[in-house]
Amino acid sequence: MNNLNKWTSLAVTIALLLACTPSFAKVNVFACLPEWAALATELGGDKVAVYQASNALQDPHRIEARPSLVARMRSADLAICTGAELEIGWLPVLQQTAGNPKVQPGQPGYIAAADFVDRLEVPARLDRAEGDIHPAGNPHIQLDPHNIAKVGLVLTQRLEQIDAGNAAYYQARSKDFQARWNQAIARWEKEAAPLKGMRIVPYHKDTVYLIKWLGLVEVMNVEPKPGIPPSAGHLSDLVGRLKGGAADVISRSAYQDPKAVVSLGEKTGLPVVELPYTVGGTPGAKDLFGLFDDSIARLKAVKK
Amino acid sequence: MYKCGMAAIIGVILIVPVASLAADETEVETIRNEIKDLKESYDSRIQQLEHRLQQTEQGPGLAPAASAAPGAATAPASVPAASTTASASGSASANAFNPAISLILGGQFSNLQRDPSTYQIGGFIPGGEEIGPGSRSFSLAESELTVSANIDPYFSGYFVMAVASDNSTSVEEGYIQNTGAIAGTTIKFGRMLSGFGYLNEIHAHAWDFVDAPLVLQAFFGGQLKEDGIQVRWLAPTPVLVELGVETGKGSAFPGSDRNNNGVNSAMAFFHVGDDVGESNSYRVGASYRATKAQDRSYSDVDAIGIPVTNAFTGDSNMWGLDLVWKWAPNGNTVERNFKFQAEYMHRIEDGSLAFNTTGASLSDGYQSSQSGWYMQGVYQFMPRWRAGLRYDQLNSGSADIGLVTTGALTAADFPRLAQNDPKRSTAMVDFSPSEFSRFRLQFARDQARFNEADNQIFLQYIMSLGTHGAHKF
Repeated sequence: MNNLNKWTSLAVTIALLLACTPSFAKVNVFACLPEWAALATELGGDKVAVYQASNALQDPHRIEARPSLVARMRSADLAICTGAELEIGWLPVLQQTAGNPKVQPGQPGYIAAADFVDRLEVPARLDRAEGDIHPAGNPHIQLDPHNIAKVGLVLTQRLEQIDAGNAAYYQARSKDFQARWNQAIARWEKEAAPLKGMRIVPYHKDTVYLIKWLGLVEVMNVEPKPGIPPSAGHLSDLVGRLKGGAADVISRSAYQDPKAVVSLGEKTGLPVVELPYTVGGTPGAKDLFGLFDDSIARLKAVKK
Repeated sequence: MYKCGMAAIIGVILIVPVASLAADETEVETIRNEIKDLKESYDSRIQQLEHRLQQTEQGPGLAPAASAAPGAATAPASVPAASTTASASGSASANAFNPAISLILGGQFSNLQRDPSTYQIGGFIPGGEEIGPGSRSFSLAESELTVSANIDPYFSGYFVMAVASDNSTSVEEGYIQNTGAIAGTTIKFGRMLSGFGYLNEIHAHAWDFVDAPLVLQAFFGGQLKEDGIQVRWLAPTPVLVELGVETGKGSAFPGSDRNNNGVNSAMAFFHVGDDVGESNSYRVGASYRATKAQDRSYSDVDAIGIPVTNAFTGDSNMWGLDLVWKWAPNGNTVERNFKFQAEYMHRIEDGSLAFNTTGASLSDGYQSSQSGWYMQGVYQFMPRWRAGLRYDQLNSGSADIGLVTTGALTAADFPRLAQNDPKRSTAMVDFSPSEFSRFRLQFARDQARFNEADNQIFLQYIMSLGTHGAHKF
């Protein structure tokens, strides 16, 4: 075989490979946050390739628009993020620089999960003097399992739209997931019944959906205003306010620095609980089911 | 008659509907259903409104009523529709499409050992406006007004106007962008910060030091802005591989306005970037740009100290390398993080240099090969607090000035072009009360002048109002 033939056959092989790829290509899903990566894995199974852009120990407000994320966004067929301005510091850069029309706002390939649930704490007054508030409401929606179910339905619908050939597959997985999820919700609500009325002091306003779902009471936050770290003065003020038995527990999410919360616990004698916040936040929160199993177990462990 | 008429009217009013209803039983049923539907629809609308009101009342700062019974809601059977809170208010429709607006307010207090009017980067032909440490005492930095929005499904627009402390305004950037018309491609046209190197593309308010590195001041006169077109293409790879080309009017220093048709500058750049583990990420780049200058004039003095205007005409080509490396423990930048960046640039100018263009006007060949680099590290050692160090160095090389080699003039007639290696060492610490405000204290020992050091102290503030701007890597 002469050289020319060799090159020709190589070119043909490559062309064939390129031409064939789409038929068994997986749907590339870019998940801004671990909870959406977990949901995409549950619903997409082996028909999707999920890229998780951040991990549970990173503050979702403060991810850098890293080159690797731009590169992954460029090839994404579907991007699923929380929206409601949670990722405002990094997601717009990815969408504007990745040159990918599929994942632009308004396209079927972009899901802003918070658009599809009832958001809490939509501010009546928009003023940065209130700290880093979100005009569209509290964006930490994943801690109410009903929201996960709603976003799951949207995700399934979009997967069917993008990858119509596998629509039946996604339908079946969705049906199976929703059934298991509803059973789990019923179980969690039964298990968490004793937690009702528990007075909690979370570090940041990122647990409000869990609090509302389980009927806990948010007494105050460790942060003086959202996104503003507590000063020493503010912490000693909090000690005074919490000492008289005004709360049952202080909590922080896995991605937050434990220092302030631990010292507050020591000074007030209140138990401190670390909540996973999202999938991967604690060893127990291995998947979406584990996230709620572990959150409830940890709250129950400190319940007096 | 009157009474009778009234009764008749009342009778007609009462009887006609009854009669008509009686006339058709099925119609009654229909109307009943319609009323029922109407009532139900109003009931649900009122419920929705009440719900919305309740949500609005639960603003931040109010303790949310945690009374919702678990399990009140069941999983939805149908796919939820996107909520439309943004357009809920009908009265806002006239300005609902207003673009995103943000305003940067900044200023500084400077304490400069040497008179800033004598500032020069010795050994380099000056050009551009943003050279030197600025004025003494209090001064307002450029106030930047940014307006941006999508124009239609194809284009978005971005406009930055800068108002300088002397009340002059300038268009910093004003470009139209298309994303993804060709997969992986971003096209920009208008006026934009050039993509040469790393820092040039970043607005001054996002810099880690008060002023630009000397190499940007010497080669671009601050920041290089191009009126033209830029095309970037990202390879479909899991690692960032980006190619870009840029062309335009090339009228900004080191080029000049040549009153020509066609284009006067061409540039290409290449970026590669990725993560290294969870904690590190980097981007490296290389850039090459070619432009031309015509009668690019500058002021100097001749051998006996009389002010003269000289001018360069010819090719100005440069290349550069850049590196940014960022570290944060496990990728969480909130507590601690570190950023290292370095850039090297090399410029070759080849053409002719005219001496005393308004007088004797002698001209002969000119060649220079000059380079410069800086490196800096900024460490956030606790939330809100960062400290940084920067070192700058330039190498003017020795220019080959035709008028000097032929003996027409002496090197003393070109004092600004004498050989020099400007240096600067800078240290800074900054405090950011929130993401939107920052105070910075900076100390620099600047040895850009010939044989003279200038100790500079700056106290700076940078505040950002309005839309939450996302920052590039």
